[in-house]
Amino acid sequence: MFQSFLIKYGEIGIKGKNRYLFEDALVRQIYHALKAVEGEFTVRKEQGRIFVDARSTFDFDETVEALQRVFGIVGICPMKQAEDEGFDALAAVVIHYMKEVHGETEQTFKVNARRARKNYPMTSMELNSDLGEKILEALPNLRVDVHKPDIMLNVEIREKIYIYSKVIPGPGGMPVGTNGKAMLLLSGGIDSPVAGYMIAKRGVKIDAVYFHAPPYTSERAKQKVVDLARIVSRYSGPIHLHVVNFTDIQLYIYEKCPHEELTIIMRRYMMRIAEHFAKDTGSLGLITGESIGQVASQTLQSLAATNEVCTIPVYRPVIGFDKQEIVEIAVKIKTYETSIQPYEDCCTIFVAKHPVTKPNINIIKRSETNLSEKIEELMKTAIETTETILVE
Amino acid sequence: MEVYLDNSATTKCLESVRDIMVRTMMEDYGNPSSKHNKGMESERYLTESQEIIAKVMKVNRHEIYFTSGGTESNNWAIVGAAMANRRTGMHLITTSIEHPAVLQPMRYLEELGFRVTYIPVDRYGVLDLEALEKAVSEDTILVSTMYVNNEIGTVEPIEQISGIIKKKNPQILYHVDAIQAFGKYRIFPRKLGIDMLSVSAHKIHGPKGIGFLYANEKVKIKPLILGGGQQKGMRSGTENVPGAAGMGAAVREAYQDFEEKSAYLYHLKQYFIEGIEQIPEVVVNSLPGQDGAPHIVSVSFAGVRSEVLLHALEEKGIYVSSGSACTSHKKLPVSTVLKEIGVKRELLDSTVRFSFSTLTTKEELEYCLNQLRDVIPVLRKYSRH
Repeated sequence: MFQSFLIKYGEIGIKGKNRYLFEDALVRQIYHALKAVEGEFTVRKEQGRIFVDARSTFDFDETVEALQRVFGIVGICPMKQAEDEGFDALAAVVIHYMKEVHGETEQTFKVNARRARKNYPMTSMELNSDLGEKILEALPNLRVDVHKPDIMLNVEIREKIYIYSKVIPGPGGMPVGTNGKAMLLLSGGIDSPVAGYMIAKRGVKIDAVYFHAPPYTSERAKQKVVDLARIVSRYSGPIHLHVVNFTDIQLYIYEKCPHEELTIIMRRYMMRIAEHFAKDTGSLGLITGESIGQVASQTLQSLAATNEVCTIPVYRPVIGFDKQEIVEIAVKIKTYETSIQPYEDCCTIFVAKHPVTKPNINIIKRSETNLSEKIEELMKTAIETTETILVE
Repeated sequence: MEVYLDNSATTKCLESVRDIMVRTMMEDYGNPSSKHNKGMESERYLTESQEIIAKVMKVNRHEIYFTSGGTESNNWAIVGAAMANRRTGMHLITTSIEHPAVLQPMRYLEELGFRVTYIPVDRYGVLDLEALEKAVSEDTILVSTMYVNNEIGTVEPIEQISGIIKKKNPQILYHVDAIQAFGKYRIFPRKLGIDMLSVSAHKIHGPKGIGFLYANEKVKIKPLILGGGQQKGMRSGTENVPGAAGMGAAVREAYQDFEEKSAYLYHLKQYFIEGIEQIPEVVVNSLPGQDGAPHIVSVSFAGVRSEVLLHALEEKGIYVSSGSACTSHKKLPVSTVLKEIGVKRELLDSTVRFSFSTLTTKEELEYCLNQLRDVIPVLRKYSRH
């Protein structure tokens, strides 16, 4: 039945003279996503719309699934193509379409015809009423409702005739690469992959930083993070994952600073290192999966204390979300199953019995002076020995 | 000359299968559950095989469970699903020509109080769809049918069966024994409404002792093998890494150049049937062309005892099967399947199965046909008929 898809895109329609940049980026992302799908496709722009045409047999479900991962797409409309062979032929095709696609249940419909080519012998209004009539004659289970129809039957007259009525929701957002770059602090948890996804959705290219502490954290924990990055990359495009060996820094802080401040101070150093990589690679902000109140290090005081070291903006897309809301997104983007595998990450290994929940920033800074002897060197080593993996 | 025409019984391993298995035995030999690197290395083979299998079926790799073979997969699917869903209903449906690895679990469940309906088949071995429709009741929780029959190669109408079941009640689970079909057909469980699928590696040039069960993530099924909790607790026991790795390699090769391989098998089948039909007083039980499986040809030779013919061909280096290799354990000399499809009583004991693989050559078939032309008249001369 369907050989093409009409792609409806959202905000990038409003952008004025930047519109063509966004459209080109969207076309590129669509091509990229469809490369993995069985079948040959062409993607074209035509008069402010984007069409995907199948040039061979293709797997419908796989294709739709792939398109649903392309940020910038708001709606995917499977279209039937027909040749212009006169009104009667068109009516027959339309009736066949309605029967096949919408079945025999009782529903209301409206015909919405558009002529892109003005030399077609009937006006849109005439097409609406004449096609509507033919449909009513042939399919008694349907009634017309011009205000709130169950089915909006679109018939577009161009070189060929395109018929579509279903709109499959796309992910929304903006095409990857149209809104700069940011650096995600990725742990193996549920929240950070979701945070990465949400920012990527706004058209931001993302890279990531992961802190591991062998032998306290395992290879499996690292593999889990690589797997999570790979899942996110299906939406966001390839991710450079910087794997930082944090063991020596962690042990040094454990040695020199009060135990209940360990987590906060650790996170401050992680942010410093992440910011280094961000600046080094042209990222204009950091991303974290922090959410208020979930753990001791995420109270407002703790967040303020951690944030204090950053000189570039930190984006926290799930800051106001409940755990359940975050889980729902994780399930939707398929990171949940991988995230809940139980391998230790850096932050859980050295947790003090009673971590401070309302840290005083001056006290924290004073504790940090205990590290002044070796910390700069340890940070330099950690950065230099970082392993960068391209995940795609 | 060795002409092996018993590929439905088992197949020769591919070299790629052997090579990867040796690696897992001699180099990456860790226990996948071990927390150290050797464990992780070993686990990778399992994940990789799951991914290969999931890809050819377009499902999620978490829905693939490794078992000790087709029999275990069938036992697990049937008993495990019945026990998990028995509060919903106690009625099961299958066909009268299933493999013993399906029939025996069904009989076992009957002893436990379940009710089982065995749907009859027509003279080609195709399930009676009307009878199926009538049999589906409010109490039905599971239907199990084979995809391709191992004795004669009949292809069951899987999509129609699934349609009938799901239309009556979408909650009813549909299990398909795909042991003879996998690798010969592209199977997409999600599109066909299949909830569970059994596959065995040694039918597709993989090793013996390994298979898998595909179980859709929504399926409620109880584990049969309990122990250390491997495979998400669904199938305990240290995983058969060599087997799983070998199976992955076999599956990958089975679906490479699939169209060519499939066309080749149908070509061989047609050539063979045309040759066989020239011998007087033979009945080809298998459906020709695409109506039957591409690799199985069941033939009844009037006036010849099948086991005698088997040994006569063996003397010439040709290996075939008389009755399914599994029913030959039974004391009964006749096969239920052949009986069910109405093969004449006097021919039941005269039926031989020839089954090909992509390694079979036309020369081998020509040789076999020549031997048959020579040996059949001789055997007929000395029969009791």
